[in-house]
Amino acid sequence: MSFAPQFFTTAESLVGSLDRKLLVVLRDGRKIIGVLRSYDQFANLVLQDSLERIYVGDAYGDIERGVFIIRGENVVLLGEIDEDIEDALPLRQLPIQDILEMQREEAEEKARRDKLRLQLLHKQGFS
Amino acid sequence: MLFYSFFKTQVGQQVTVELKNDLAIQGVLESVDQFLNIKLRDIHVVDAERYPHMLSIKNCFIRGSVVRYVQLLPSTVDTALLQDAARREAQSTQQMSQTKAAAVQA
Repeated sequence: MSFAPQFFTTAESLVGSLDRKLLVVLRDGRKIIGVLRSYDQFANLVLQDSLERIYVGDAYGDIERGVFIIRGENVVLLGEIDEDIEDALPLRQLPIQDILEMQREEAEEKARRDKLRLQLLHKQGFS
Repeated sequence: MLFYSFFKTQVGQQVTVELKNDLAIQGVLESVDQFLNIKLRDIHVVDAERYPHMLSIKNCFIRGSVVRYVQLLPSTVDTALLQDAARREAQSTQQMSQTKAAAVQA
């Protein structure tokens, strides 16, 4: 077992994804789209011209975020965005204020449903 | 090292990776590394409508730390070989810890 510094092996490096527009999914559920400028062995990332895209239903909204440095432990996956499919997405883009409002409503609705579910379970004897 | 070697034999096969956030992605295993980070190509997301952000993604890199399961085709796995390799690995780690203990005592 080697104790050398942990570098990406050539088969697995992200070098092919450099300077490409990527989608990064984070552990907190956020989706960040940006151009990958740099990475390291921990999958720490530097994204340029990034935006945070929020999806609600069949719509989405973007928030400009500029340069993002993401700590590797928060990264779930990196996806290479296929521009052709991206241009023909069945989703519609809405102004960010509308999306945030929709997101708030969706969260409230979910909170109501969860509360109801917990009450029902409690009645059955589950705490 | 054992699982890294095992996954290297699976490169080119269809696999389904289930992540800890419940997202499941089917695809061809393109490469794997020592952290068991996985690169998949020509992906197909299971239950795709729950994950609209994945629509325009064809290839992805998955950090090893977020993987829950990797589902494989049984026909592509030689279990006898795996058992053998596991036995050898267990023996070598046992030997390593024995020599370390001896060195500490000395």
